[in-house]
Amino acid sequence: MAINWFKYSAPSTFYGLAGKLIPFFAWPAVLLFAIGLYIGFFVAPTDAVQSEAYRIIFIHVPASILSMFIYLIMAGYAALGLIFNTRLSSMMAQALAPTGALFAFISLWTGALWGKPMWGAWWVWDARLTSELILLFLYLGFIALQASIEDPRRADKAAALLAIVGSVNVPIIYFSVKWWNTLHQGATIKMSGTSMHVAMQQAMFIVLVACWLYVIAVALARVRSIILERERNTQWVNELKEVQS
Amino acid sequence: MTPRQKRLGFIVAGVVLVAAAVGLVLYALKNNVSLYFTPTQVFDKEAPQGRNFRIGGLVEPGSVKRETDGLTVNFNITDNHKVMPVVYKGILPDLFKEGKGVVAQGKLDEANVFRADEVLAKHDENYMPPEAADALKKAEAAKANAMQPGSASAEYPVAK
Repeated sequence: MAINWFKYSAPSTFYGLAGKLIPFFAWPAVLLFAIGLYIGFFVAPTDAVQSEAYRIIFIHVPASILSMFIYLIMAGYAALGLIFNTRLSSMMAQALAPTGALFAFISLWTGALWGKPMWGAWWVWDARLTSELILLFLYLGFIALQASIEDPRRADKAAALLAIVGSVNVPIIYFSVKWWNTLHQGATIKMSGTSMHVAMQQAMFIVLVACWLYVIAVALARVRSIILERERNTQWVNELKEVQS
Repeated sequence: MTPRQKRLGFIVAGVVLVAAAVGLVLYALKNNVSLYFTPTQVFDKEAPQGRNFRIGGLVEPGSVKRETDGLTVNFNITDNHKVMPVVYKGILPDLFKEGKGVVAQGKLDEANVFRADEVLAKHDENYMPPEAADALKKAEAAKANAMQPGSASAEYPVAK
């Protein structure tokens, strides 16, 4: 059976497909969040140095990883939209931005809450923290630029350029703790292995998968509203059940 | 070249150029981007003179001394090459410990003692339960004992 994949790059077909897919990501996300956080807070052992306070890692690290990954995916979609002039790619970039900003904010916020008791400071201007703050500003800039231009095609183009240029920041965040002296510690999860107890790793991995599923579900839901908004003058939108009622 | 390939080319070239520019800027600002100087850098006069800066390293084991007022603390920061004496008056973070990472902000005085007005603790990237940390310590002690026969420590008996 041959599937014509390009069919789904048309907003009118993707709208229905996205609606059908959302529950398959949303419910596993809820379940895995519950399992992951339960293991993280109740099953994983106390840390030798930081005792119970380290448990914020189960939110902080997945949020940080996602904030960087979502940016790259968003920039990728924006670039696709710019190169191939596909409307849906630009809409996906627009749909991912608020979620990315949310994760960048959670990463900074939980980091501050963790930094005060452990390091002794809410905030220091070290390379890791500063570059993550710039990431949050890039997300906010992308959202603002997109919203400030009336014509969606021009808005997509301008915002796409910002997203693509900003993607240079992501490797800087990741390698900042290696390249410079920072207060933030180095990477726990490395290519060569993980310097972390097994139950801790499992909890972090499960929450990370839950976050991914959440991101996909939310991006699909958001792209559906963006499609409706942008195609509101087309016939297929006006024939939809949910629009007519 | 189709317009599509042209646009792809422009984007790739643009990203490469921006990355190179940012890379050069960050390389030039290397010392400003780093949060702290190591004691070796301070001895090599790479740290700013007569101005506030941060120094980072490990708290030298056995160097922490509290003065009678209960608030002033003397300790040494080391990077295993040079040692910098530090004086700090204030409350230390919970994770401040001999042999562990620390970052202090302050100024050098005339006697080359670092007068800190803020001390932050730096922890490492390893997370393990206390039992595992104990086991690790014991293994290290056992190794040290094996290297120096006859000096068995009472604290960590070697495997019976």
